[in-house]
Amino acid sequence: MISFQSVAKRYRNGREALANVSLHVAAGEMVFLTGRSGAGKSTVLKLIALLERPTRGQVIVAGEGTARLPARRVPAFRRRVGVVFQDHRLLVDRPVFDNVALPLIVAASSLKEIGKRVRAALDQVGLLGSERALPAELSVGEQQRVGIARAIVSRPPILIADEPTGNLDPVLAAEVMALFRRLNEVGVTVMVATHDLHLVKESGLRAIVLENGRIAGSEPEATLPTIEARR
Amino acid sequence: MSFGPVSYLVRHAHALLSSAGHLARAPIATVFTVVVMGLALALPLGLDVLVRNVRTATGDFSGAVGISAYLHTGVSEQRAQQLASAARERAGVGTVTLITADQALAKFRTQSGFGAALDALQGNPLPHVLAITPAPASANPADMESLRRYLAAWPEVESVQLDGPWVARFNAILNLMRRSLLVAAGLLGLGVVAVVGNTIRLEIQNRRAEIEVTKLVGGTNGFVRRPFLYTGALYGLLGSLAAWLLVEAALRALAPAAAQLAQSYGSSFKLAGPTLSDLKGLLGIGTLLGWLGAWLAAARHLARVEPGSG
Repeated sequence: MISFQSVAKRYRNGREALANVSLHVAAGEMVFLTGRSGAGKSTVLKLIALLERPTRGQVIVAGEGTARLPARRVPAFRRRVGVVFQDHRLLVDRPVFDNVALPLIVAASSLKEIGKRVRAALDQVGLLGSERALPAELSVGEQQRVGIARAIVSRPPILIADEPTGNLDPVLAAEVMALFRRLNEVGVTVMVATHDLHLVKESGLRAIVLENGRIAGSEPEATLPTIEARR
Repeated sequence: MSFGPVSYLVRHAHALLSSAGHLARAPIATVFTVVVMGLALALPLGLDVLVRNVRTATGDFSGAVGISAYLHTGVSEQRAQQLASAARERAGVGTVTLITADQALAKFRTQSGFGAALDALQGNPLPHVLAITPAPASANPADMESLRRYLAAWPEVESVQLDGPWVARFNAILNLMRRSLLVAAGLLGLGVVAVVGNTIRLEIQNRRAEIEVTKLVGGTNGFVRRPFLYTGALYGLLGSLAAWLLVEAALRALAPAAAQLAQSYGSSFKLAGPTLSDLKGLLGIGTLLGWLGAWLAAARHLARVEPGSG
């Protein structure tokens, strides 16, 4: 579902964020992407969501090579990847319903379909009944769940999350991770970037470890203590 | 997904309502922008209304444009009648009035105050005169000169005099005003485009986060651009209405003074405001200019806003 082949990414300021990264995430798999701050986790996610293009190598997402994808096809591509941010990126002046409905509105869904899917997504994240609330009226954890509802409302086959539990207390973090697990169980390919090794260890899932823009390992939960020691 | 005509209309209605909502949520900024646009559009509209009122008040002085053909004193009245009929046959001639020598003398006697002195004359020294008014389409210097030459060539005609060259100058001034109006309208139209363009540019900056998120979830440039285009068009529409109200208000303020002036000339002339057709044209042009300003700003600035660019 997600494949990086010898990918390098150098930003305009000259910083090399990724160097010769190759990785593969199978369809329906849930993996963690971990490493220190600046290791390249966010860059990997940006390349998957086509917010950036690789300087070298191939990024293939859902069978689509992104390096030379024409600009006119980018919006349709992005609709197939749900993205969750640490800072939620909600529209603060719009109610929850409008925030969650946005991906369906841009995809020209019918009003009936929008209503049905938004309520279903809010139900999945436990916020059914909060449609009219503004983001500022919600707790941080609830805002994060609105962000997740927006990412999943159009039922994308891929969900990527950048430090989704970074601002949450352990209980809320566990709730969010449980939500990702449930989505994964219904076939969504999930990649979660986090530097919280405790979270990774608890999950028992595969973790791709980045270090200075390179793959330092792709390891099951059992070997994570070794990675931790390297840090 | 749904791509039917209903869905298309719903999407546009959504964008229109969203744009109207944004304007309503910032009433002071909206009012200032609309007033600036209203002033810019009111100037050419006001000038146009002024020129039309001047034309109406003067009737283009079309009746004052004419040619007087003075016949030789020996020409008989019967021959003068024949010449008047011949003149009426010529293209470009509106009316021909024969003023006989006797009529002219009688009028001169009553109006000049020299009645007693005229009694001392042996005979009537005045000639018959053909007073010719050109057809409205021929009341221009070239056609008038052509008619003058035509009449001057008749052997019975002693001299031909063009009446009212000042009218031609007056009409030339009105034409100059009309052309100035077009130039002013063009320049102020550019001003409207610039005002809307700058407003939309600021709007794009203010809504950068929203644009980024919309593009992130798969919004196309067209989708993102749509509400800004509606915002520009709404500014244009409201600016046009403001211009119309300003001109109407100015006319109401000037109407008593204009009526008083007209009355002093014995006229019942009243200032006329913009017509319904003017209003429709103004609304159409204003909306188009607003849309154009928004489109130029959106085309230039929206492409730079990408989810990864912040």
